[in-house]
Amino acid sequence: MLERIHILICGGANCAGGGSKELWREFNDQLEKRNLVDEAKTVMTGCFGLCASGPIVVVFPKEVFYEHVGVADVKDIIEEHILGGRVVERLLLKEKVDKSKLKIYSQLKFYAKQKRIALRNCGSINPLDIKEYIARNGYKALGKVLTEMTPQEVIATMKASGLRGRGGGGFPTGLKWEFAAKSVDTIKYVICNADEGDPGAFMDRAVLEGDPHSVLEAMAICGYAIGAHQGYIYVRAEYPVAVERLQLAIDQARELELLGDNIFNSGFSFDIDLRLGAGAFVCGEETALIASIEGERGMPRNKPPFPAARGLWGHPTNVNNVETFANVPVIFLKGADWFRSVGTEKSPGTKVFALGGKIQNTGLVEVPMGTTLREVIYDIGGGIPNKRKIKAVQTGGPSGGCITEASLDTPIDFDNLTALGSMMGSGGMIIMDEDNCMVDVARFYLDFTVDESCGKCTPCREGTKRMLDILNRICEGEGNAEDLDVLERLAIMIKDSSLCGLGQTAPNPVLSTLKHFRAEYEAHVFDKVCPAGVCSKLTNFVVTDLCIGCTKCARNCPVGAIQGKVKDKHFIDLDICIRCGACKSICPVNAIVSKPMEKGGEVSV
Amino acid sequence: MSLKIQITEEKLAQLYGTMEANKKKPGPLMPTLHAAQKIFGCIPLPIQKIIAKELNESIAKINGVVTFYGNFSIEPKGKNIISVCLGTACYVRGSQGILDAFADELKIKPGETTADGLFTLEATRCIGACGLAPVFTINETIQGNSTVQTAKEAIRQIRHQS
Repeated sequence: MLERIHILICGGANCAGGGSKELWREFNDQLEKRNLVDEAKTVMTGCFGLCASGPIVVVFPKEVFYEHVGVADVKDIIEEHILGGRVVERLLLKEKVDKSKLKIYSQLKFYAKQKRIALRNCGSINPLDIKEYIARNGYKALGKVLTEMTPQEVIATMKASGLRGRGGGGFPTGLKWEFAAKSVDTIKYVICNADEGDPGAFMDRAVLEGDPHSVLEAMAICGYAIGAHQGYIYVRAEYPVAVERLQLAIDQARELELLGDNIFNSGFSFDIDLRLGAGAFVCGEETALIASIEGERGMPRNKPPFPAARGLWGHPTNVNNVETFANVPVIFLKGADWFRSVGTEKSPGTKVFALGGKIQNTGLVEVPMGTTLREVIYDIGGGIPNKRKIKAVQTGGPSGGCITEASLDTPIDFDNLTALGSMMGSGGMIIMDEDNCMVDVARFYLDFTVDESCGKCTPCREGTKRMLDILNRICEGEGNAEDLDVLERLAIMIKDSSLCGLGQTAPNPVLSTLKHFRAEYEAHVFDKVCPAGVCSKLTNFVVTDLCIGCTKCARNCPVGAIQGKVKDKHFIDLDICIRCGACKSICPVNAIVSKPMEKGGEVSV
Repeated sequence: MSLKIQITEEKLAQLYGTMEANKKKPGPLMPTLHAAQKIFGCIPLPIQKIIAKELNESIAKINGVVTFYGNFSIEPKGKNIISVCLGTACYVRGSQGILDAFADELKIKPGETTADGLFTLEATRCIGACGLAPVFTINETIQGNSTVQTAKEAIRQIRHQS
């Protein structure tokens, strides 16, 4: 039977962390208590994307969007909205820019410039039910491919679509499939790389948790195209919900014979198994991933031979990442030409970004390639909170670099981001403001790569360690004039001589910050000051004349180091100050700065 | 003080059971190690030896794989595992301060376990809850928008309960 009202509750990781499961239970309890089960149905969906507003509840038919819903609000939604037919005003989403309240989901500014292809079902269907996926044309592409197309035609369509690998490299997917198809072997494999390791990126997680079948369907299409009968999904163990849902999805697909022997009576057989990662970032590199599935230490191997020729257990293997696969069924449903009509000529389609850091609307966004960074940050992201100015956009995670405000009008695609000294990467997009120290950020990424370097090749194992030593010294105030040149030399050497992508890109965060924020490095080295007030040994906070005497800083100082009366300029006692930065980040007028210590221990204002 | 792990007959039977099933699949080692980590909470040398013998691999290889991956540990962990996310989104929103606060409150460094075996403190990379940054998890429960205060409060609550 069809219910009159559908209550969609976001079950994405962020909303679940905010208590959406309890919310779902409360809705069900209350509906049952009021005998409304036949009229209203609750659906726990995948990620809606607007994580900053979580937990999110959307009520259909009128697609009313409620934000920050708590268990206590359930009663109001049921009594006012479901029974009374009136929208609960106080829970409507408040737009960050003009503070207007909007109720219609699809009209929110956050979604206006987005185009959801990979995330098409996230937030719309119940990921635990294969029938909901099928109702949205799920497995129709597989049916079409198996009954109407030859493997050559499938590959030709993929090539014509121009889809490029969304895991970071941007290699044409159709070409990759063709290489694997041309390798002659009776055994071949399809691998889905779901080892999303970039800290600050969670696109793949959203797809796996919100729409797992789209990945399974695409893997089967790929298997048919290249001649493989077995697929593996290598998923990180840090995503237990994704693991659980993938397993359930595989079981359901097997039951409906959408996986297994003789799918759609076509004579084609394909099955998928899960393999769990175990916390090694380098396993995102395809040859390391293959080594890990084989039960070895996850160390990269020399290429060539490429996996398309000799991959898993020595057999031809095609590896694509989650988001790449999620695009595939749509290409066959709507055609390669349609896909090409979205995005730019050299980078067709869309890209999902995990927008995070100093941004109002943290969350997942999917935009056509060619959208500018400014549109993503200001129109969709709602800009920077606390009246701060943007300092940099970091894309590509530990392999990428920082982009400055001057380049915000660049249309996003694979080639443009590389030209800016960053890269697309898997889709992490971290926004930084004036309170972030770029030297510290570079040090943070390098600390990550040093930790995650597998140790196989010397440039990456030793070189990144030496670079980190230098950066640590600079942040401690012990940097010298030579350090910046040595950093640059080491960086270029490591890029040129490392074995795999991890080492070849590890110096990027340092090189790009050196290029765009050299003055900040020089302030650390020569003036012995961290202008952002992050590196504690180089921080001397002072209150400038901009102070309006609001007392916020004094009230938030954990050690009581700030004195001052209301409407009077405040003063920070540096002997008591622990350099935590609480005052600087809370100041409404940006009156607190970090200045160099002058001779005699005085700080000039 | 190092904690003792309990290798009971029952747990061993469980391990042998999973190994039996895994041996039928290609690449049985990783699934077996995941199972062992789950059953015992860690994979100490005696367990590594059992796995080596059963899967017909050298102990050196098993040890090499166990020590390579961050999710496998040789030492047992505490009753409550606190993980502070040091992913980029959390880091730029101040999660280092949260980690420091835990270290200060528990008087241990990241990666260590308290003497009473109650807490293990870990720094973890992105858990994909960037919208709630900065976050930490206690035994897989996510605590978002955390502050030094919520961190210290969480410890006090667990101490109070046990």
